[in-house]
Amino acid sequence: MLVTRRTFFKSGVAAFTVTFAAPDFLSDLARAQGSSKRNLVVLNLSGGNDALSMLIPYNDSSYYSRRPTIAIPAGQVIQIGTDSSNVALGLHPRLTGMKQIFDAGRLALIQRTGYENQSRSHFLGTDIWSTGSANGAGLGWVGRYLDSLPSPTDPLVGWNTSGSLPHVLQANKVSVPAISNPATYSFNSPNAGAEATAERNAAVRISSHVPVNRPELAFVYSSSQAALATLDRVATVAAYTPSTTYPNTGFGQAMRAVAGAMSKGIGTKVFYVTTGGFDTHSAQNPNATNGAYYNLMATLNDGLLAFYNDLKNQGLFEDTLILTFSEFGRRIGENGSAGTDHGAATVMLAVGGRVSGGLYGTAASLSNDPNNPTLENGAADVHFETDFRSVYAQVIENWLGANSAGILGANYKKSGLEFI
Amino acid sequence: MAGSSSQIGHLLRRAGFGGRPDEYSTYGSMSTTQAVDALVNFDTVPDTVDSLIGTSGYLGTTSNGAFSPNTVINDARQRWVFRMVHTNRPLQEKMTLFWHNHFATAYSKVSGSTSAIDGTRYMAAKPGEDTAKVRGQVEMFRDYALGNFRDILMNVAKDTAMLYWLDGRTNTKAKPQENFAREIMELFTVGVGNYTEPDVYAGARVFTGWNLARSADAIQQFVYVPAQHDTEAKTFSFPLYANGSKTIGARAASAGMQDGEDFINGLAGNPLTGRYLAGKLWKFFVSEFRSAPESWISRIANTYLANRYEMRPVIREVLTSAEFWEPASYWARYSWPIEFVVRSLKEVGWAGFSAATTLAPLSNMGQILFEPPDVAGWDAGQTWFATGATLARMNFASTLAANQKFNLATTAKNAGMGKSADSLQAYFIEQLSTAPLDSSVTSELANYLRATGAWTGSDAQLQAKSSGLVHLIAGLPEYQLC
Repeated sequence: MLVTRRTFFKSGVAAFTVTFAAPDFLSDLARAQGSSKRNLVVLNLSGGNDALSMLIPYNDSSYYSRRPTIAIPAGQVIQIGTDSSNVALGLHPRLTGMKQIFDAGRLALIQRTGYENQSRSHFLGTDIWSTGSANGAGLGWVGRYLDSLPSPTDPLVGWNTSGSLPHVLQANKVSVPAISNPATYSFNSPNAGAEATAERNAAVRISSHVPVNRPELAFVYSSSQAALATLDRVATVAAYTPSTTYPNTGFGQAMRAVAGAMSKGIGTKVFYVTTGGFDTHSAQNPNATNGAYYNLMATLNDGLLAFYNDLKNQGLFEDTLILTFSEFGRRIGENGSAGTDHGAATVMLAVGGRVSGGLYGTAASLSNDPNNPTLENGAADVHFETDFRSVYAQVIENWLGANSAGILGANYKKSGLEFI
Repeated sequence: MAGSSSQIGHLLRRAGFGGRPDEYSTYGSMSTTQAVDALVNFDTVPDTVDSLIGTSGYLGTTSNGAFSPNTVINDARQRWVFRMVHTNRPLQEKMTLFWHNHFATAYSKVSGSTSAIDGTRYMAAKPGEDTAKVRGQVEMFRDYALGNFRDILMNVAKDTAMLYWLDGRTNTKAKPQENFAREIMELFTVGVGNYTEPDVYAGARVFTGWNLARSADAIQQFVYVPAQHDTEAKTFSFPLYANGSKTIGARAASAGMQDGEDFINGLAGNPLTGRYLAGKLWKFFVSEFRSAPESWISRIANTYLANRYEMRPVIREVLTSAEFWEPASYWARYSWPIEFVVRSLKEVGWAGFSAATTLAPLSNMGQILFEPPDVAGWDAGQTWFATGATLARMNFASTLAANQKFNLATTAKNAGMGKSADSLQAYFIEQLSTAPLDSSVTSELANYLRATGAWTGSDAQLQAKSSGLVHLIAGLPEYQLC
């Protein structure tokens, strides 16, 4: 086909032509551009999250007949009410922290998000969710948002807490730094004192001469330049002391870094966090403590709860919005390995201080009647109800204050999605 | 060592991991055709690199207790870095890396299902050194580096690590497990978009019964379980047999393993597989910056098919192609973190350095050996240059330069190059191979050399400036290309 997983633009050259970018200058720039302190945290649940184990239709008998081993018992779900089609729903039992946020009215669960002819490939699926394009090609939707900001953009306008640039952040003009650990983000030298300073100055000066006629080389120049330009502000985040204790998981520590950047006011508008392991083909074990899916919920819950409390303690929760995405949901029926294979529609979560929490969309009926309109693929998978781009459009318009049709290429706004 | 337009430098960076000084001597005296032959026919070179581990004058290793590369994953990683630096069969190690990325299997899932020791064995053990003669997946790739691709596919389908990784061990008639069937088509042979969802279901049924069983030696190994095999016919959307048939007929369970062999045979011989491999070989060996011409893809794919999936003639065709030697192909790839680290060790020096010191930097650069991020392998190209990862490369250059400070100054002085800032700069630009440098870069390096005072050529100054120069040059964007 059509999509290579590494669809990189050939002509991207950083618009940054400032030669000696002193930290003070950049803070001013950040302040000027960050006139609103709002930020967006894009959270990728990587591997294909089994929505039916996270948000459980505990009164649907087909849920139990189609998942004899891995269904969560009705008596154990955390009940959160009924959706607009009167289906009773409950959260996975480990999501006690998410229940707190739900009760505070700040967790929205948008059911049955996906798209027509949904891909069951991790890579193509992730590309499609990242770009909003039918074939997964092109820049990331968040990348396009960043490109729409006035130039030159602050090198820390985005912060990627993972180790490599995800497709959702791929942009033409803006290079989002990958800073997974602020404490180790530094420029080292084989020498000390004046020698070290001379080396750093040389590196900064060299990286400022971006060779516009050699685009592939220019890309590395812009990364070097962005790295060197962001060292000092990232160092302030490394010194952050949170008001809560974050779990010692990769996800927990990433959320800690996000909170630190917010607390230090460095001006970042978009954060990217990913947490993986959701590709539960076998031994999914959602019910046993330390089972695979149980642990996924523990990691997600505890990291989000620590972040929620930390931000609320500092009066920062109003200014943040977390939006999750996953490349697909999973098959309704369990497979022979007590797991689930790749499916279609899934759930998206939104958490934030201005979120109108609750249940959005309607649950699927899990009856394997081939005429069941809420299912597809011979009633094997959940059929989407809300195009994921409609959720993006809501965030782009109402939270980021940008034009969603311009960024997504068409008008995907849909009524009934006023979670933000 | 080699100017930016040196043919041997280009060949050694692509067919290997750059060149040690002795490799430049060896290959530098050959014509390019002779050099390609020497690299491709590596079987004529004794495979003795492992016997050098732990001897003086070579890259060191660091371990908790005895060095155990067959049972301790970080020791296995160090062994592989050592091999890449010191091998006299560079193309073998390079192809091993290619297959490791192609059939990307991650240690952490295998060890999570077994144990740290067994996970390491299933990924990296050498059979002659393992109590149960386990051959790790990557050791198999090393044995088959330029072997037959169909044989590799067959080995992979029965590989213990792979059977854990893509859940084949639970693939049974009652509930077929789709993971391996999907990925063998999408990622290992015909490529995305060239198979259908019904092909995945049929493929899953083909491999039902291809499971694992515990041997008398307490290791998990492949076993075909007739009772777990789906014996019904399986029909695909593409031909599997020479006569054009797309259906694997029903067979008795006892003969059912042949289904998998027929399927693998069909995939290996599918023209789309030849093209898919050709596309990957172009990106890995020739260029990431421009697309392969259709004529090149066809030629390589046809070589693959005409030679019945033998990779040696295919790679020879790649490395002798006009496109490989075109100027546009020089410096037309971004080096992978492991390529950057190994080449810098070869060009800067390794005396007194431990392979263990490469592991955390490699992780920060985005590449942990035996731990690709997912079954599609590493996202290469520009994704390597996320800012933290770019800093990690610069910082590794600093670590290596600091470690080699004394040697760098001594060799520069002994070569008579320490007398002036200009001669020192010229010397290290020669020692480290970079893409062509603009004058803006060379003048900033010259400014750096003069920034802290007049040139004295003292030992202290030579150590500071040699290490600083090596740090800056190996941290240049031009050094990240290969």
